[in-house]
Amino acid sequence: MLNSPAELEQLRQDILAKRKSNKARISICAGAGCLATGAAKVIDAFNAEIAKEGLSGEVEVKGTGCPGFCERGPIVVLDPEETCYLRVTPKDVPEIVAQTVKEKQVVERLVYFDAVKNVKAVHEADIPFYKNQERNIIGNNIKIDPKRIDDYLALGGYSALAKALFQMTPEQVVGEVKKSGLRGRGGGGFPTGIKWEAARKAPGETKYVIVNADEGDPGAFMDRAVLEGNPHSILEGLIIGAYAIGAHDGYVYVRQEYPLALENIGVAIMQAQEYGFLGKNILGSGFDFNIRVNRGAGAFVCGEETALLLSLEGKPGEPRARPPYPATSGLWGKPTNINNVETWANIPLIVDKGADWYGQSGTASSKGTKIFSLVGKIKNTGLVEVPMGATLRDIIYKIGDGIPNGKKFKAVQTGGPAGGCIPEEHLDLAVDFDELIKAGAIMGSGGMIVMDEDTCMVDVARYFVNFLAQESCGKCSPCREGIKQMRRILTDITEGRGKEGDIELLEELAMSTGKASLCALGRTAPNPVLSTIRHFRHEYETHIKEKRCPSFTCQGLVSYYIDPAKCTACRICDRECSSDAVVGGKNLIHYVDQTKCNACGTCFEVCPSKFGAVIRITGEDVPAPIPEEARIIVRQRRVPKKEPQPASSAP
Amino acid sequence: MDRKKIEQVIDAHNGEASALIEILLDIQNEFHWLPGEALEMISEKLQIPLSRIQHTATFYRAFSLVPKGRHEINVCMGTACHVRGAPRVLEVVQQIVGIEPGETDAEMKFSLDTVNCLGCCAIGPVMEIDEQHLGKLVPAKTAELLKNYD
Repeated sequence: MLNSPAELEQLRQDILAKRKSNKARISICAGAGCLATGAAKVIDAFNAEIAKEGLSGEVEVKGTGCPGFCERGPIVVLDPEETCYLRVTPKDVPEIVAQTVKEKQVVERLVYFDAVKNVKAVHEADIPFYKNQERNIIGNNIKIDPKRIDDYLALGGYSALAKALFQMTPEQVVGEVKKSGLRGRGGGGFPTGIKWEAARKAPGETKYVIVNADEGDPGAFMDRAVLEGNPHSILEGLIIGAYAIGAHDGYVYVRQEYPLALENIGVAIMQAQEYGFLGKNILGSGFDFNIRVNRGAGAFVCGEETALLLSLEGKPGEPRARPPYPATSGLWGKPTNINNVETWANIPLIVDKGADWYGQSGTASSKGTKIFSLVGKIKNTGLVEVPMGATLRDIIYKIGDGIPNGKKFKAVQTGGPAGGCIPEEHLDLAVDFDELIKAGAIMGSGGMIVMDEDTCMVDVARYFVNFLAQESCGKCSPCREGIKQMRRILTDITEGRGKEGDIELLEELAMSTGKASLCALGRTAPNPVLSTIRHFRHEYETHIKEKRCPSFTCQGLVSYYIDPAKCTACRICDRECSSDAVVGGKNLIHYVDQTKCNACGTCFEVCPSKFGAVIRITGEDVPAPIPEEARIIVRQRRVPKKEPQPASSAP
Repeated sequence: MDRKKIEQVIDAHNGEASALIEILLDIQNEFHWLPGEALEMISEKLQIPLSRIQHTATFYRAFSLVPKGRHEINVCMGTACHVRGAPRVLEVVQQIVGIEPGETDAEMKFSLDTVNCLGCCAIGPVMEIDEQHLGKLVPAKTAELLKNYD
């Protein structure tokens, strides 16, 4: 139990002294993405191999947080050389230990290599994906075993807390956060310092601080990476915030779909208590603070702060009207300050390095860095952290390496279900809270979904509206009914029942849903509809007037047809069709029974490209199958070539 | 049904009414569904009307009021998976297991559900069967994978 900042510093020096800087360390990403591709087995393999080679005393093996490059996972970094290996499997492990750990040789086939641009990178810092980022928040993930507080302390952890408690008054902390220009990372973008000030000034003895870790946007997992990978950074921010606001109880509200995050944050709280960063008389300062963890039970709307508060009280999370804002009347009616995971993780940086340092990166209205989850039709799927003001083009092309399979970029969707789609002509837009709104989208929590020419924008709008219809809590009718009606119209359009006037009706519904709904879920629900109409109106018109889906996505408007002139009766599509719609047979030209076909597209995908017999049709009638007798293929027997065989190849 | 287990769960939360969601989650994790008897016990012990417990249990997606099958399939319908073809994957799963999301088949072999995001977009489209992630799915591969369960 530490009782003063001096004791904390002493402990830190002891930890650093114990870690000889040249000690070999193998860090393996144990984030959700890498675990899904087998990281746990890689960690086991390293542990076994190191033990087998008798190196346990000299080499440390650890599972760490997610560094973000999910595309090439499982990721392994070997220190002190900082050699970075990608897509590592258990069978690579003996070679890595023999070559790199023992002989200090690089295993060439496992390092980053881009064949197209002929770029090779041995060290993490040289990989283009990382090189173009500014990783203040997630950069430490690969250096930390999230279950060991000492790893966080070794990197200077909890020094910001000591500074706040012993060198700053609560007002000064609030002042510093205000001056930093930090804005809420959960989606709203409200200035954090102003929110804190309101909660600090609100009358009342009992106040609460809450971490909103109910990350619900599909395709977004930034908060998860911080929760799983560097939980102490969030706790440190929360304790500082509690001190600034005058709260003695805090909650972390984590969605139960993140079991690893729950586990790691739980371990982190226990360790912080043991060390004296939580509990009574923190670091001998006289300040008391405790944290409890609550689990979200799978309701998207609970990310909204008033809904989250009710859920913490054990009730259904149905939002209420604001004001009163939680700053004056929150949990159990007491003044409450709620910030998102990433917002809290920024706090130690601001306190430690100062608002002026923090304000150096970012734009005039949005300061600092932002983590985005770059996903969808992009070569480098992963988490990227860039300064506010980075352009979409740099994020997508320099970091994300562009669109895979030689396809053409169509749009990028930001802001989750409440966000919007941004087309190619806005790619040079500098990403910050205000610029995205001007383009009809929002920053949201940081989801960035890239779409290519094969993505149908009407289908994307329908997808988001369907998502919101399922997640609408139903308390207010504009949201409950408005979204449902928009879904009905969009479904009609994507299934070929669109009619003149649908676009205008959608715009009208979107307007009234947005204006009249109770909470942010309904108020922002029109965004995916309006932004796709604004930038991709022609796609809506094609669907409605020509009953055609140009990207062949809407199954109701697409048919599959086998060209009899090209079909060789190879039977692959016949075998793979799960609807039994391909009428095949040996030496019989195949055809698709349109009454059975559900347009899943499997036949199109599996038809060997040298034949290319399966054809997608949209907006036109499907040709009738050829007569039964014309289906028979008479194959000529292959005549062996009469060239003499070389003697050496004879058995 | 194990009444003792349920009592333990309730007591672990000090019988606080505010801990209702935590209690329901623990029971869900223990039994993989919320048996009606359990809801009645919570109602009695915490002095909460059964109707309010039903309201909560049906409001949150994590809870199931029907028993689950031997294998739980969760098809990810996150945006990244969606643009990479998740709807076609779901369609094939539905066709093969013969049930809709939220249902369990008559043999109690499979329960099917959709989830909003599993957070491993790099390997999308992805589904989770019995907590194991199966990625880079296309309809044909999905059909093949489902044969591995009985």
